[in-house]
Amino acid sequence: MTVTSASPQNTRLMRTLSVLRDVVSRPSGAIGLFLVVFHVVLALVSPWIVPYDYKAMNSAMMLTGPEATHWLGTDHLGRDVFTRVLLGGREALLVTGIATPIAVTWGGFVGILFGLIGGRIDEVLMRVVDAFLSLPWILKMLVLIVTFGTGIEVLIPTLAFFYGIPVIRIARAATHDVVARDFVSAARARGHSRMTIIRHELLPNVLDTLMVEGAMRWSWMLLAFSSLSFLGFGVSPPTPDWGLMIADARGFMSFAPWGVLGPVIALSSLIIGINLTADALAKALGIDRAQKAPV
Amino acid sequence: MLAMLLRRLFLGLVTVWIVSMIIFAGVEMLPGDSCTAFLEREAKGKLLENCREAQGLNRPAAERYFDWATSAARGDLGISANGEKSIAELVGDRLGNSLLLAACSLALGVPLAIFLGVVTGLWRDRPVDLAVSTLAIFAMTIPEFVSATVLILVFSVWLGWLPGIVLTSASAPASEFFPEIILPVLVLTMVMTAHILRMVRSSVIEVMAGDYIQMATLKGVPYWRIVFRHALPNALLPAINVVALTIAWLLGGVVVIEVVFNYPGLGRMMIDAISDRDLPVVQAIALIVATVYVCVNLSADILTMFANPRLRTLHMRRG
Repeated sequence: MTVTSASPQNTRLMRTLSVLRDVVSRPSGAIGLFLVVFHVVLALVSPWIVPYDYKAMNSAMMLTGPEATHWLGTDHLGRDVFTRVLLGGREALLVTGIATPIAVTWGGFVGILFGLIGGRIDEVLMRVVDAFLSLPWILKMLVLIVTFGTGIEVLIPTLAFFYGIPVIRIARAATHDVVARDFVSAARARGHSRMTIIRHELLPNVLDTLMVEGAMRWSWMLLAFSSLSFLGFGVSPPTPDWGLMIADARGFMSFAPWGVLGPVIALSSLIIGINLTADALAKALGIDRAQKAPV
Repeated sequence: MLAMLLRRLFLGLVTVWIVSMIIFAGVEMLPGDSCTAFLEREAKGKLLENCREAQGLNRPAAERYFDWATSAARGDLGISANGEKSIAELVGDRLGNSLLLAACSLALGVPLAIFLGVVTGLWRDRPVDLAVSTLAIFAMTIPEFVSATVLILVFSVWLGWLPGIVLTSASAPASEFFPEIILPVLVLTMVMTAHILRMVRSSVIEVMAGDYIQMATLKGVPYWRIVFRHALPNALLPAINVVALTIAWLLGGVVVIEVVFNYPGLGRMMIDAISDRDLPVVQAIALIVATVYVCVNLSADILTMFANPRLRTLHMRRG
């Protein structure tokens, strides 16, 4: 962990670039970053390059195998699987792409603040955090989703809220590592306010940990989002989504396996890409992420 | 040490207590109550009023929370909203089945994870480590329903070796779940092994870099003796706590696995209860799951304490 004091903008840029170079120079980082960029670009351009309409049904071509006109065959309603695989990550990337930064920001802020304040109130907060973490994610999410419905406008705040809670822990632990150091005491002695100390002394030192944490949260969020879709609590049909597609095609797996293979490969490659990148990023920043339990 | 145990026990109880309040508040937030769910379309006017009267839903929330919490503490989880059966009875079999699934996976996964973790830790950055660690990332981050679907496709559809779906009824004895339980256990084991082996690996690396290991090497202690006598006992201690946390984390994944394989466990019951708005059952399951989590963590703490000589003798040095 490097101690960056209030430094000019271009040193920060230089550091970002050197970290990026370090990530790309590792095979896992290069492959991971390629997969992530590929999926993000695909999600942005896919509506203009898909060969068919994703909701156009064709009763004459139900569950036909891969062929020249339908590269990945058709599903049980005669829709083109290739088209739906290309489009199937957009919803997931949109929801998790918005929810992840929110989760890391609020969880990180609360964690740093309470790490700095400490004392009795910090103890109480940690008990509440523990209590939240002791409930399985799926139960917490489902209660909110059943209450408020399944649209994006519910899923984003729900994911952002629950995935910010473990970030509190990480940020608090990282803050504890620096809060006793001399430069924080010095800032206190100078009479700086809490917000100033957080912004200038603590945040620069905790940021690396939060970045790696954010990358990991992103992949757990994708896991949660697609699992919810799979269970029927995520996006609603006919919107193409990998989790939903796997759930639909599972029943026909014995004679039409192409229906599950496409979304399985697409979803797996995105999640593996994020994790390879997160791993390379952690190594480049010198953070051992394996030490932490997955909660 | 007794004081430490009591402190942990107390903190565990506090956690369960906070969880019970979160659960109660969460379910209060849901629109409708068990009466609207039970009466469905007739839920209006006098009928609804009578039902609420009979179930005591008209009383203030604090009073109802107190009643619910005290009877739950005595083991009485109330009555399911859409039936006359007691929840304790409904949940009993399902809990047993989920525990069977978890126990089989633990029995398989923990030894495997420790073995692989030690191997990858000792041969860090060698081909064997890179291969196993990469596989571990795949296993732990790919959603359970994806790996389950792939396993069903390979072992059940293409090879025809194992049944891909569980058809045994919830109350059947444990022996009848074989061989149907094998695939769900495999999926759960994969995820669990990946989580634990990463922890063991980094713990082994850390311990092997320690001063006393270098000292032992310089003294001329044989390598394998160092590994087994000096390094492993210290490296495996922190793993106990991770196993506990992993189990808790996996409870969410177990729900998905149970749905995929149609396994009659607590997780599938929870999904059904949420869909049916059977609120007393949702509350009961949430409370059971949280209690299991706290108990597992508590036993991990106790195990660590007994296994760690430094903690065991802490009071002697202090006194």
